[in-house]
Amino acid sequence: MKKLMALALTLILALGCLGAFAEETTEIYFLNFKPEIAEVYEEIAATYEAETGVHVNVVTAAAGTYEQTLRSEIAKADAPTIFQINGPVGLQSWKDYCLDLADTEFYNMLSDKTLAVTEGDAVYGIPYVVEGYGIIYNDAIMDKYFASENKSTEYTSMDEIKSFDALKAVVEDMTALKDELGIQGVFASTSMAAGEQWRWQTHLLNMPIYYEFRDAGGENTILTGLDAAEITFSYNENFKNLFDLYTNNSVTAKGLLSNKTTNDSMAEFALGQCAMVQNGNWGASQILGVEGNVVANDDIKFLPLYTGVEGEEAQGLCIGTENYLCVNSQVSPEKQQASIDFLVWLFSSETGKAYVKNDLMFLSPFNTFEDDEMPEDPLSREVLRWMEMDGVTSVPWTFACFPSEQFKNYVGDALLEYLQGSMDWDGVVQATIDAWASERALTA
Amino acid sequence: MQRTLRKFFPLFVLPTLIAFVIVFLIPFLMGIYLSFTEFTTVTDSQWVGLKNYITAFTANKEFVNALWFTVKFAVVSVVSINVIGFAMASLLTRGIRGTNLFRTVLFMPNLIGGIVLGWIWQMIFNGILYHYEMTLTFNASFGFWGLVILMNWQMIGYMMIIYIAGIQSIPTELYDAAAVDGANGWQRLTNVTLPMCMPSITICTFLTLTNSFKLFDQNLALTAGAPSKKTTMLALDIFNTFYGRVGFEGVGQAKAVVFFVLVAGIAFVQLWLTRRKEVNQ
Amino acid sequence: MSASSITRRRSRNSWLLTILMTVICLAFLAPILIVLMNSFKGKLFISTAPFDFPSSEAGTFVGWSNYTEGVRLTGFFQAFGYSLFITVFSVGFIVLLTAMTGWFLARVENKVTRAIYLLLVFSMVVPFQMVMFTMSKLANILHLDNPVGIIFVYVGFGAGLSTFMFTGFARYVPREIEEAACIDGCGPVRTFFSVVFPVLKPTAITVAILNAMWIWNDYLLPYLLLGSTYKTIPIAVQYLKGGYGSVDMGAMMAVLVLSIVPIIIFYLACQKYIIRGVIAGAVKG
Repeated sequence: MKKLMALALTLILALGCLGAFAEETTEIYFLNFKPEIAEVYEEIAATYEAETGVHVNVVTAAAGTYEQTLRSEIAKADAPTIFQINGPVGLQSWKDYCLDLADTEFYNMLSDKTLAVTEGDAVYGIPYVVEGYGIIYNDAIMDKYFASENKSTEYTSMDEIKSFDALKAVVEDMTALKDELGIQGVFASTSMAAGEQWRWQTHLLNMPIYYEFRDAGGENTILTGLDAAEITFSYNENFKNLFDLYTNNSVTAKGLLSNKTTNDSMAEFALGQCAMVQNGNWGASQILGVEGNVVANDDIKFLPLYTGVEGEEAQGLCIGTENYLCVNSQVSPEKQQASIDFLVWLFSSETGKAYVKNDLMFLSPFNTFEDDEMPEDPLSREVLRWMEMDGVTSVPWTFACFPSEQFKNYVGDALLEYLQGSMDWDGVVQATIDAWASERALTA
Repeated sequence: MQRTLRKFFPLFVLPTLIAFVIVFLIPFLMGIYLSFTEFTTVTDSQWVGLKNYITAFTANKEFVNALWFTVKFAVVSVVSINVIGFAMASLLTRGIRGTNLFRTVLFMPNLIGGIVLGWIWQMIFNGILYHYEMTLTFNASFGFWGLVILMNWQMIGYMMIIYIAGIQSIPTELYDAAAVDGANGWQRLTNVTLPMCMPSITICTFLTLTNSFKLFDQNLALTAGAPSKKTTMLALDIFNTFYGRVGFEGVGQAKAVVFFVLVAGIAFVQLWLTRRKEVNQ
Repeated sequence: MSASSITRRRSRNSWLLTILMTVICLAFLAPILIVLMNSFKGKLFISTAPFDFPSSEAGTFVGWSNYTEGVRLTGFFQAFGYSLFITVFSVGFIVLLTAMTGWFLARVENKVTRAIYLLLVFSMVVPFQMVMFTMSKLANILHLDNPVGIIFVYVGFGAGLSTFMFTGFARYVPREIEEAACIDGCGPVRTFFSVVFPVLKPTAITVAILNAMWIWNDYLLPYLLLGSTYKTIPIAVQYLKGGYGSVDMGAMMAVLVLSIVPIIIFYLACQKYIIRGVIAGAVKG
């Protein structure tokens, strides 16, 4: 009797815990990479559940913590069934968890099969969006400037801005006239908060690294970069050119930038406090979503990242993707199939495509989308316009070859110290070169 | 009685023991073993000897920096918290009006969790620094002093309460005797109050010291280590090592063992000091 | 004459001290009051003018909108529910189980109990980071990574300090009452619940308060085990930082207020026990 009681109490404690919540498994677990559209995904999940009865659990990793979140989540019993990698470098870390999607309907939908992340015949990652980034500018403010009687440059329209020198002259003149133009600075805040530095440590850094590997020859700068044990960072001055231009003509004083997030920058642009902001077409939803947005749709335009490299007149936007969807190979086949079905639904059903076009605003690389089903937001249209422009070559997303997330963070840390005056530019250059070498050695 | 009770071991001890063994003891022993291996999940370990320990100190300066930062932080906050806490306690044992209310207010921050505390102070520090066009992460020393202030705000009330209990337990005859000998306020403090409060002082030093060493939540919410990981404390650095990079789990575990040895070392030195004092008395 | 002048000086000193303490206490309360004030301010003004009162004229006053937004973004009430559930049941189990264990270890003395006791005491000096990774892996394998399983985990981690305190106290409890009950024919189980536990009550309150403070505010353990699937309050607060692209300081302030208020109410209601509890806990610890 007493022993029985003892046993019962122990069992209640030990086993009661095991079962109670275990049956609450979710069919699909989608680990989202993009915090700015987290709420859209939650809505999509609800719609999908209403339509099919399959529950989709959407979890969003906080900005800059995707790898970390994925690492802790994927080892769990209830692991993400759909996650994403950033390209070939990410594949090296996550290959054990990536299902071969070669024979799936989802892969069949991909228009250009070369875009997928593959190894041999196996297809591990499928891009779901083609993106472009550059400098977003507010055409209304630019027109106001070009019409101003007090301006001291000779430029009369944005079509003439084809190089860094032109951009710099205009920007600095605009800063002098900022009260007349009704702005607080030409550029939105250079967001340097933790996890918010990717626009500089990844996207802007793409420019000098792209040119460095282009000079090295070879078909593809990404492949050249993946093989590079070291970099010389020979185009560092070009990086500095644009980075200094951003921060010297900014809405925000340099000392305050470490508190700024990408959302803050996009809000400043939407509220008309600045004329330009470096970001990609995914920023459209952020601009349009700001309460009190004063920028007209037609005034939102793109300019390439001119950094003062020779021949940059023919340079276009940076076009590519770092968003590849993977299905977890370690979960049950039922969950794998359910996940694939969900992705197929999202990118091919009428309901799903409407979300992709109107809310997610993805330029998706799938053949299920007709030409008139491309997003109509101003920045997506601008990306398409630049891609089709004669005599202009897009810059690929060479940063896919960066050795690791830590590499980017080391560069971001150095940039912040440079801004706050505790490191000089040579220090940043050295930190970048060292970080590349040490991270490549660690991850090779 | 003892004999009958002994048969009830499964009922009285086993539930606690099972939880303790599963949650603490096995992970602890596994942790020590794994610190000498390379692994990504806990089941695929390969023996590598002391390599992880070497990597922890040599791969980059982060661990050493965190260690140094933590030591500096612990020294400064232990001293400031105890001095201020003791001063408050001596002010509140003089029977002034509102003593109870003051005690209530000063203790309150101690109940608020570290994450919430961190965000409260981040907002305040950034608000002040805004006027100088700077933020909390502008300079590592801002983060350092920010953490010290936060920790003081949280712990002063707690230490004060313990000191009050210590001071109140001093027999009034001792003060009367001191008054007869013509001792002034300072002499009463150094010759009566402080020696009689030694047990409280050891307890408070120990509590502040271990709490400072183990600080995590506050560190995460206030600065998260910025700028350039210069304000990362040991606990946060270990967390970052575990979850920041594939293949560094062993190094994280090795750092954790070093951390454990440090904290346990402090505790044993403390225990030894207390024991010695008890013998002397 | 001279005696009354001393009294007068002393009472003037006492007034000065009261004023001094009032100022110190206001300074201590200031951070909480500033958060409260800012929770009614538009989010853009919190970073630019954190020490100004919100005003309708300047357009900085936003009413309750930060609260509705904060509650929505964090799922605050759900988080509150999880925090409450986990804390109440963990503390309940810890008090019950470790009281039994503590008493047993104090009464039955042999090599086994001494070894268990020493192990439990030892666990108190081990920092959480030491077992963090292996424990969360093990908890995952055993399906303890849910709001019910985490209670089991808390029992394991709370066992050290709590058993230590119960054993320490039970050793001072005279055995005569227990033996009298034993002679009356009560078995150990009835003796424990009808005779021993009431005597252990002060320690039980201390143990309950210390564990409640720890579990309610704990961040890392629930973060590792529950992640963002079942957010407790500290996780919900921290999630506001990065989960939505940028920190909405307005919502943050409102959520901070919401997380502090229950603690203050609880504190004011049980102040006597809390203060007594932490003193006892400190002296034992």
